[in-house]
Amino acid sequence: MNIKAFSLDSIEGTYSSDVPAFAAAVKASGADLILVPGTSRVKRSMPAAAMRAGAAVDTNAVDVSVEGDKAVVSRWAYRQRILCSFSRAARPWVVVVDPALFPELCAKLGVSPEPLPESGASGETRTHVNGVVSASSGGESTIRPDAKLLFVAGAGWTKKQADGAAHLPEAAGLITGFLAKSGASLGSSKSLVDMPEAAQAFSFMSHMNQVGQTGATPRHPKGLATCCHGEEPHVVGWRFIAERRAVNLDANCGWAQGKTDVLYVADAFEVMKKVNELLA
Amino acid sequence: MSTPLHIVVCGSLVPDPLQTLEPVATPQGPGLKNENMLPSVLDPWAACALYEAANLAKQRPGSKVTLVALGPKAKLQQLMMTVAQKVPFELVAVNAPAGGFTDASETAAELAKAISAIPGLDLSSTLLFGGCASASRDQGVTLQFVAERLGIGEFFMAVDELKLADDDTFTVLERVEGGRYLSSTCKGFPAAVGWATGSLPEPPNNPQTGMMNMRGVMPALMKAPVAAVGTGGIAYEKTEVPSAKRATRVVKDMPVDQIAAEIVEWIRQ
Repeated sequence: MNIKAFSLDSIEGTYSSDVPAFAAAVKASGADLILVPGTSRVKRSMPAAAMRAGAAVDTNAVDVSVEGDKAVVSRWAYRQRILCSFSRAARPWVVVVDPALFPELCAKLGVSPEPLPESGASGETRTHVNGVVSASSGGESTIRPDAKLLFVAGAGWTKKQADGAAHLPEAAGLITGFLAKSGASLGSSKSLVDMPEAAQAFSFMSHMNQVGQTGATPRHPKGLATCCHGEEPHVVGWRFIAERRAVNLDANCGWAQGKTDVLYVADAFEVMKKVNELLA
Repeated sequence: MSTPLHIVVCGSLVPDPLQTLEPVATPQGPGLKNENMLPSVLDPWAACALYEAANLAKQRPGSKVTLVALGPKAKLQQLMMTVAQKVPFELVAVNAPAGGFTDASETAAELAKAISAIPGLDLSSTLLFGGCASASRDQGVTLQFVAERLGIGEFFMAVDELKLADDDTFTVLERVEGGRYLSSTCKGFPAAVGWATGSLPEPPNNPQTGMMNMRGVMPALMKAPVAAVGTGGIAYEKTEVPSAKRATRVVKDMPVDQIAAEIVEWIRQ
């Protein structure tokens, strides 16, 4: 089987100019199986490009194995809840791979990625790219894909504490203090990012921080969840976190039981305050 | 003066996220155990697209929103009982399977056919909306396929914001790597937009809106064409829910100082 891999580092591009360029690259490759990393730009334009090139396309692949003329792709359906393995007879077949796994899969299949041609076929465009802007209104981005640790904040941070009052500014200080000291990436439960009071107090956080069923499923070596209370659909948010620990007040919490390696039954405010002191 | 818009939203049903899903083999390919019995919700990202569409239509007098939904008719009818109460729209329904194992290209072909058949559709004043991916198939390709079939050459993926100017130019923010946005400006229509979360909350149920919508929804469901959507060229080898149960060590009654020290040591390892 003729396998080719393309890489693409640049973020900026328009659909109308990328689609013809990518389609031309797929056609010109002459490959049966084409691997590309699922960056935002590739995911935007490659499906239409593959269609235009007469190729089949599948995205979010987490594994690809090849035996003779047969390729088997694995990907998750139902937002990381059901893992499927399948093949296709159609050739060429464009497989958009989870970007974190792209180098590993290329090495496994013995292919070296070549830069994906970004020009060569001109497309008329009505779109002008203005540039990249930060999603966070609170300064530095709290989403750090390369961080070793994912810190997941849950809605418990906004609840009334032992004194009968909510302590949002204190919670915000503890979370940002921990992120600054540990270099962790920030994830959030849906219930937290959906809260209007949290949107105001936690300006460093947006819907882009949301992990889980309707959010992201990031890959980090470690994950620490605090004040999170949820069942399986929310736990998919840290499906790909290798080592997991959680701090919350409910020993039977569905987020933690059977999903985390260690569950500390304690007040996250007190624990994170002390953690920040120790990290200082 | 700004021209009225026609916003076509592609969106269908997915199992309620709180349900436990178990794959089973069926004669038509993989499916879900008790699939017909599972409660459904409007696909979350498609729902965001619908709310954003309604909000945009409000800003342009004379604009209208059409929801194009492909799914089993009986389940769509059930779903409409709640969705129809949210925002005003017209429904175009296609009676076909809408699970996570169907082929996106077959779904897109049927959606494009249904959209092309909308009476009086003028692409030069049309925005095609949908979710950036479904919570079932989760491929993030269907909207591009539909746009391609309709000849729409501008597409934006994972959009959280769309600001429309009176001269028909609009600026979008698309989610890109590292928690950032790519800001782009597009001159005129048509264009397709795959929404991420957007910024609008779920509208409260409005029985008046529901009654108004249902006048059109029921006839639309009655005349929904049956479409053959299946697994297409996909040959499934395995579908499984991987065992993810961990032996959780529950630490109770440990002093806070000790917990903090343990966490810090673990972070530094």
